[in-house]
Amino acid sequence: MLPWLFASPADRRLLGGPRLRGATPWLIGIMSFSILIIAASGLVLANTAGLLTRSIQSRYLLEVPGGGVNLDALTAVVRSCPGVTNVEAVPQSEMRRTLEKWLGPEASNADLPVPALINFDVRSGADVHAIEQRARSLAPAAHVSAHRDSLAPLLRSLRILQWVAFGLVVLLASAAAAAVVLAARGALDTHRFTIEVMHGIGATDLQVTHLFQRKIAIDALAGGVAGAVLAGVVLLLFTTGASFAQELTGGAFLTLGDILILALLPFALTILATFVARAAVLAALREAL
Amino acid sequence: MLRDLDFRLAGGGFYFLTGPSGAGKTSLLKLLYLAQRPTRGRVRLFGDEISEAPRDALPDYRRRIGVVFQDFRLIRHLSAFDNVALPLRIAGAKEDEAEGPVREMLAWVGLADRASARPPTLSGGEQQRVAIARAVINRPELLVADEPTGNVDAEMARRLMGLFSALNRLGTTVVVATHDVGLIGSTPGAQMIRLENGGLVDPTGILKNPPPPRGMS
Repeated sequence: MLPWLFASPADRRLLGGPRLRGATPWLIGIMSFSILIIAASGLVLANTAGLLTRSIQSRYLLEVPGGGVNLDALTAVVRSCPGVTNVEAVPQSEMRRTLEKWLGPEASNADLPVPALINFDVRSGADVHAIEQRARSLAPAAHVSAHRDSLAPLLRSLRILQWVAFGLVVLLASAAAAAVVLAARGALDTHRFTIEVMHGIGATDLQVTHLFQRKIAIDALAGGVAGAVLAGVVLLLFTTGASFAQELTGGAFLTLGDILILALLPFALTILATFVARAAVLAALREAL
Repeated sequence: MLRDLDFRLAGGGFYFLTGPSGAGKTSLLKLLYLAQRPTRGRVRLFGDEISEAPRDALPDYRRRIGVVFQDFRLIRHLSAFDNVALPLRIAGAKEDEAEGPVREMLAWVGLADRASARPPTLSGGEQQRVAIARAVINRPELLVADEPTGNVDAEMARRLMGLFSALNRLGTTVVVATHDVGLIGSTPGAQMIRLENGGLVDPTGILKNPPPPRGMS
């Protein structure tokens, strides 16, 4: 299995020079770091969107514009409706505290009409229209709206950001592949004489290619793992040290599956680099006799 | 540039290629050791038409050819041992399989104690001997040498030609490009190919009608 990866010491000496020299490990390291941070962000966004979607899927808001209704009585009406699993009235004091941010002390003025708000969750299949009708028996202006409708634009934005993150990962991987092509061609130029001698003695293109493929695979693996370790440290600091991270993500972080995906990324990058290097070297060799 | 060449080399023959500088000796050698394809015409090697052979087929032919380059073409960062072992390794020999033959060959060219030396630390003559050892280590069917004795003393030149003759007796076809007339005279049975202005001078007609092959077809 992969005999080219386990070259003999003599084969390893053919390209000479110390290990892990040149731009490839650095390039792949930087790419790996960037890809991991972006991929992690994308996964956290996906988790946040999922968390948000699940939490608002069955949540509705009953609103009575202008207030002036017995909130406790209305809450009791809603709670008594079939299919309702949870009811939370937003206290007037909380509403006024929120309004204070915009209106200042004026928010405490009793003449200020403050809407009555009740959040409630329903079981699947519950008749929300019937709940609204029953609420109207107590407060004719009451109307019910789904949380998912009001948060739809935010969810759409989160989904778009996920795709942007995915696109960036693909873009960075493509840039890494392009850098590997350049590195492979540079290595071929550096070792042109050795290649000519090997060809003259009867080496096949594949034998020559294996030398470069192995060198680039090792460089890419070293760079990829180094970049991944650094990205892991940054992510760890971010998730454990920064309290605002919790606020940003709403408590959604990386799952074990996500961490596994992220851990596999540097290896995927190494495989990509190896195959790109192989194709680039073979193509370049075929240009010669 | 070579033109109007039409000749055959008998398998197992020993040929000296001579001619003034620029006559086309190196170009002809390159055609023989498959470093170039002819722009026109055909080249047959080991009984096969190789002028238009697919690229992937060339390594197999090249492994049957040993080449001593005028500029030695040794890999500078490899030791003398590794340079000589290269054809064996490319042909698939394992590390331990290469060890004995390479040590033996280095001893034969008088470089047993220089096995770990790298080419830049070797003299011109030593480099040439390493190049020759590399060319013959695989017992090639065709040995092509471009001025192989240009950098060695008379005694070493005599020994190297003795090695070439020994290989030739075992069936290797030998083609040596040289200006050294004394070398030609000291090799019994060798034929001379003379190139002038890219064309062949063959007054006796021996190249158009070579003797029957001895060791190879």
